[in-house]
Amino acid sequence: MTRIGIVAELGRETRVAATPVTVKQLLGLGYDVVVEKGAGESASFRDDAYAAAGAVIVGADDAWGSDVVLRVNPPTEEEIGRLAPGATLIGTLAPGLRPELVEALAARPITALALDAVPRISRAQSMDVLSSMANIAGYRAVIEAAHEFGRFFTGQVTAAGKVPPAKVLVAGAGVAGLAAIGAASSLGAIVRATDPRPEVADQVKSIGGTYLKVEVEEEMKSSDGYAKATSEAYNRRAAEIYTEQARDVDIIITTALIPGRPAPKLLTAEDVAGMKAGSVIVDMAAGQGGNVEGSVAGERIVTENGVVILGYTDLPARLPAQASQLYGTNMVNLLKLLTPDKNGQLTLDFDDVVQRSVTVVRNGEKTWPPPPVQVSAAPVVKPDASAAAESPAPKKKQGLSAAGKAGLFAAGIAALFLVSAVAPAPLPQHFTVLMLSVVVGFYVIGKVHHALHTPLMSVTNAISGIIVVGALLQITSDNIAMQVLAAVAVLLASINIFGGFAVTRRMLAMFSAGKARS
Amino acid sequence: MSAATEAAEIISRSLTVPDAVSGPLTADTIAGAAYIVAALLFILSLAGLSKHERARAGVIYGITGMIIALAATIWLTLQEAWGSGAGLTGLGLLLAAVLIGAGIGLWRARVVKMTGMPELIALLHSFVGLAAVLVGWNGHLEAPALSPDLTAIHHAEVFIGVFIGAVTFTGSIVAFLKLSARMKSSPLMLPGKNAINLGALVVFVALTVWYVNDSQLWLLIVVTILALGLGWHLVASIGGGDMPVVVSMLNSYSGWAAAAAGFLLNNDLLIITGALVGSSGAYLSYIMCKAMNRSFISVIAGGFGIAAPTTGGDADQGEHREITAEATAEMLTNASSVVITPGYGMAVAQAQYPVAELAHQLRERGVNVRFGIHPVAGRLPGHMNVLLAEAKVPYDIVLEMDEINEDLGDTSVVLVIGANDTVNPAAAEDPGSPIAGMPVLRVWEAENVVVFKRSMAAGYAGVQNPLFYRDNSQMLFGDAKQRVEDILRAF
Repeated sequence: MTRIGIVAELGRETRVAATPVTVKQLLGLGYDVVVEKGAGESASFRDDAYAAAGAVIVGADDAWGSDVVLRVNPPTEEEIGRLAPGATLIGTLAPGLRPELVEALAARPITALALDAVPRISRAQSMDVLSSMANIAGYRAVIEAAHEFGRFFTGQVTAAGKVPPAKVLVAGAGVAGLAAIGAASSLGAIVRATDPRPEVADQVKSIGGTYLKVEVEEEMKSSDGYAKATSEAYNRRAAEIYTEQARDVDIIITTALIPGRPAPKLLTAEDVAGMKAGSVIVDMAAGQGGNVEGSVAGERIVTENGVVILGYTDLPARLPAQASQLYGTNMVNLLKLLTPDKNGQLTLDFDDVVQRSVTVVRNGEKTWPPPPVQVSAAPVVKPDASAAAESPAPKKKQGLSAAGKAGLFAAGIAALFLVSAVAPAPLPQHFTVLMLSVVVGFYVIGKVHHALHTPLMSVTNAISGIIVVGALLQITSDNIAMQVLAAVAVLLASINIFGGFAVTRRMLAMFSAGKARS
Repeated sequence: MSAATEAAEIISRSLTVPDAVSGPLTADTIAGAAYIVAALLFILSLAGLSKHERARAGVIYGITGMIIALAATIWLTLQEAWGSGAGLTGLGLLLAAVLIGAGIGLWRARVVKMTGMPELIALLHSFVGLAAVLVGWNGHLEAPALSPDLTAIHHAEVFIGVFIGAVTFTGSIVAFLKLSARMKSSPLMLPGKNAINLGALVVFVALTVWYVNDSQLWLLIVVTILALGLGWHLVASIGGGDMPVVVSMLNSYSGWAAAAAGFLLNNDLLIITGALVGSSGAYLSYIMCKAMNRSFISVIAGGFGIAAPTTGGDADQGEHREITAEATAEMLTNASSVVITPGYGMAVAQAQYPVAELAHQLRERGVNVRFGIHPVAGRLPGHMNVLLAEAKVPYDIVLEMDEINEDLGDTSVVLVIGANDTVNPAAAEDPGSPIAGMPVLRVWEAENVVVFKRSMAAGYAGVQNPLFYRDNSQMLFGDAKQRVEDILRAF
């Protein structure tokens, strides 16, 4: 039976690669699970909780000697040496940034899988550890900022005066950025967001933020789901926006990262100097060089003008229980994929794009980098509202063009004018009456309740029986033919009047509100 | 003194006042004042229909207005004709006609079934049309002495009034026959039907010009026949499924016929009432057209035949699943919210009473039951509302399409009873569908859909309905009334 070992992390790391909940799921896949003593301590998962879930608590050497070792952080040289031959290590390895680590792993007859190398396709979302950690980091960034910020986030009117809401700018509307926008707006702040990809505007709006569009000619289309570097014109305009915003907002959270490259500089030292004292900047990209000039990875800096810059790189680790749970679930989902028969046998299928992508080393053989995976994170991109309007979307049946309608309308008015102008009395008077009645009728009918359209028709039936007036005036003629015709007309109109009103009353009597029924 | 001339000119301001009344208060002025009051009451009557609570008061206004108008007119007539032989005959005829008419009208109104409302209303339209024709003919026979200008106008008015009236008459008769299934409801497809309609209009204009110059009786007869034929053809070439539009369109025509008679007789009350009814019908047709995504103009012109569907009918849609009444009953019992979308099939099967009972029982069990009504469900605007009201469904749970569409996504079960095209997802999703763009009830977004249907035949528009093959839809075949009763028994 294959044994999975959960090992403790080093240094200040508080997360752990499996929680009691995910241990149960791993057991369900047919594996044995051992947990290094104290591995979950800093994430508030005690050894007895793991034991209760069905894991065996063992020493460090035992855990490292397992067939499959689960880890959060990359292993050190020394730890790689502790792995048994033929073992599999799964963790966040950052293979793209740390080639020396990949070499060290390949030096041993082991298999290494990088959970952070999962491709961004829908099927793999459940194991995308970058997304799940970014979500936590975005939330925590807002909490850290709120901790430093000496004011409320939400606006209030109190007996002691009015409190304006805090203004928050989030740079980059990726997973972390969206999480930050959501957290800040639910605290009551006014949230604005920037992102080079215009298609995120709706997402920003959906969680309560305002998207600040950078108006330049080009647009970004990302084919692999991550943001790419931007053009010069765009950068110039974006820099202006950041400068403007820096003067206005109280809190800035930057999340801009470009895979495989240093983080773009979004805020210059001058921008920071232009901010109000007491403002807070959280640079979530500090570990990759920082989006803000003057930020230091892992440090809290206070500038001369009293702006706090947080460069924490361990934001997910500051929510250890939550982060471990999500990380552990991502891990379980990957293992589900690797254990198709749920029999505790770990198999690697290189035809599967997800499994191929995460494999850094297979049996001591380096398999990094994997072939690129094209995903369609943005299949349909609407560049702009105006452009979208012109697109040949399926339209409703079109009758007349606007100009055609206007022309007809004008022709109608002109015809009415001419007829009224040349017609002898009493015709113009009649036209006046007719026009006004049509207008009155239109507005009155427009207000009729939709459920009463049938009674409306029967009541109009009844009142159009008023044509009886015409027949009445003719019935006393001394022409017998006329009298007979008029009498027939009176008869027909009477049916309408009496029948119409009677049936309307009958119908209206049936409409009952609410609980009329016994 | 010629009573005929008197009668024709009675409201005309140019005539001298008859000697029966003296002073500034004349029969004319009194009648004129009564007409204004009556017109106002008619407007209030229609305005009353904006709310259920005020609707009955509205009918009272309408009846009052009618009584005032009739009393004033009869009094006026008597003032003119009292003592003359023709006057007495006229009075006798008047009484007899009103009594017979009232008898027939009240009798029909009492016995008509609510499912038969469309037929009754179509028939009543035809009466207005015929009455307008007769009034127009009398307008020709009485030939008042007028200045040449006014005579020309008078002739034109006679001609136009007869034309509109005759079109309304035969159009409504055809609509009545189609609605009561005495005539095949499929559209009549004559070659070049648009040319026929347009040609008839051109001939009408030509005849009008001729008649204005030389008012011969035979011209009037020709135009009457022409208009009767046109009315017949207009409605015969429209299919039964579009009857809501046709009926409201004829409603509009009957109003214009009354207005034309008002021009002829110099009677403002007729003009006002005709215009009210005319714009009411036009507005209703407009709503219906919007609901079916059709062009208003082409409907009014009667030129909107149904394009024969070329695709969709044969396409392989997959398998549909059947469900039993018992399983439906169980599904309903476990549901938290149910939406019932009825269509013409419910009216045909007379299923409104069992459906109302079903809604009632589910409400007793704490299920949130609502009805979603598509604007063109049934054969008359508001037809479904009337049927449900007859079965005592409270009107506050009967909602319009726009009100219910938002909530359909959160609904556990949707019961589609005798509706087809109004719940067709192809309208929203398949741009190539003949009904593409028509707003529909988005029932397929609900968790479960149960479709009550007699067979797998296509709906009125002849369009296959992909709803039946959705994973969340199940079919309950058979007569809607029977099946709903089966469900009630299974509770």
